[in-house]
Amino acid sequence: METTLVENLPQVTAAGVIIKAVLILAIISALAGFGTFIERKVLAFMQRRLGPMHVGPYGLLQIAADGIKLFTKEDIVPQHANAFIFKIAPIITAATAFIALAAVPVFPDFTVPEFIPLLGGTFVPSIASDLNIGVLFVLGMMAAGLYGPLLAGMAQANKWGILGAARTAVQFLSYEVVTGLSILAPIMIVGSLSFVDFNNYQTAGVGSWMIWQQPVAFVLFLIAGFAETNRTPFDLLEHEAEVVSGYATEYSGMRWGMFFIGEYANMITISVIAAIVFLGGYDAASTFGWLTIMLKIAFFFFLMLWVRAAWPHVRPDQLMWLCWKVLMPIALLNILITALVLLG
Amino acid sequence: MFENFIASIMTIEGAAFYVFSILTIGLFSITVMSKNVLYAMTSLAAAMVLISGFFFILGADFLGVVQLVVYVGAIMALYSFAMMFFDATKDIKEKTTSNSLVFLLGGLSALVLVLMFAAPIYSENIQALYPMHEGVGNAQDVGMVLFTKYLIPFEVAAVMLLVAMIAGIILAGKKMDESLTEDMSADDEILIIKDEK
Repeated sequence: METTLVENLPQVTAAGVIIKAVLILAIISALAGFGTFIERKVLAFMQRRLGPMHVGPYGLLQIAADGIKLFTKEDIVPQHANAFIFKIAPIITAATAFIALAAVPVFPDFTVPEFIPLLGGTFVPSIASDLNIGVLFVLGMMAAGLYGPLLAGMAQANKWGILGAARTAVQFLSYEVVTGLSILAPIMIVGSLSFVDFNNYQTAGVGSWMIWQQPVAFVLFLIAGFAETNRTPFDLLEHEAEVVSGYATEYSGMRWGMFFIGEYANMITISVIAAIVFLGGYDAASTFGWLTIMLKIAFFFFLMLWVRAAWPHVRPDQLMWLCWKVLMPIALLNILITALVLLG
Repeated sequence: MFENFIASIMTIEGAAFYVFSILTIGLFSITVMSKNVLYAMTSLAAAMVLISGFFFILGADFLGVVQLVVYVGAIMALYSFAMMFFDATKDIKEKTTSNSLVFLLGGLSALVLVLMFAAPIYSENIQALYPMHEGVGNAQDVGMVLFTKYLIPFEVAAVMLLVAMIAGIILAGKKMDESLTEDMSADDEILIIKDEK
């Protein structure tokens, strides 16, 4: 029942999947670090500043400096906190973000060259685990990711923390509904939950992209994606002007860093889903196809930074109003109209 | 007799099943035994995740993900929202700490473990009532059974959920059009609570 990219691909072995998993972990963690640098630079240029300039050429080594700072900072567990839950909460965020990445196609597939000892000739697939319900799996894993901020906020015996946790539960639960409903209409058109089928549906050039058939679903998905990854204008979980730092108030060092690796990995995941479901995905046959999806993902990542520079964040009541009274009815109407068109 | 068991534990699916089931029962017993709200909640959520593992082992990917989305993502998060009324970092004082209850529960989970370990011996006798179709996706299979054989229970459950939702909105929405901070009677209620302290 596995859907494969092309029928004559080499056999996917356990070694190939393990190499893929290690690659995802290494590259996405590094990209998350690089993402913070890009974010600061992009924000700086949009606000007519320079951003980080002192460490290394053009401030490029800022990532290394930040990394050293995070790793060497003292690891503090507050006195009255529930230490065990406090310690595993950041791991939940990072782990669920990376598990979600297991089911999306990231980077092209390749075969390890023969001259490398031990692993030579191993085929590394583009999707670590090619589930035929990939879309749902990723959404489910991101749903499980809400336990990171939630448990962190509840375990730290800090009122800002518990406010952040309450906001986490409200925001993520509400916007999960919109994400699910908005992506349901494209699923109905394609008739499959597999990312590969989504990609194959849109191979006939730019005109066949899902965004032209489902513009409403695309906008809804983007808005809900911003909320689910805790980006401005929906960054209420740790909005420093209101709740100090929300669920992350008591965290320091690498535990704090893990929350942000998870958050940036989630941003990449949302970008990948948007690129594959709505913007045509990749072309498995050519390297150039993979370059285009990288560009699409980079565009969505940039869009998140752009929106952060351009918009103030919303109030919690506006957030709930937007979700339940605006986005959800529109998403339901969109599904209804799509269904009527498909039946008629 | 034991050859079956050893053969089943040697396969990846068999080993994963036993690991998952032991972890699930362990986590659920923490949920029941722990006096700490936070531990109980975390272990319940973790066990819900592990249950979806069983569906994945059985090849029911769709149901596994539904388990993740519905139980872990939605229902458990609602539980945890209710948990915010408690001080999660302190232990709860229970009135009865009945040792016999602990004994009974422990015995029962041991019994379940034994039954599970014994199950592979009889697994040849189990047959699927609605086997999966070749060449049809998981979601399609579930949909076919749901909209033919189980159509009426499915629709009745949907109506029940709708009724519960409307009832919930009515119960919660009685004073929704009045502001709590401007309403003087709300102040009185707060003062009464303070006096009682």
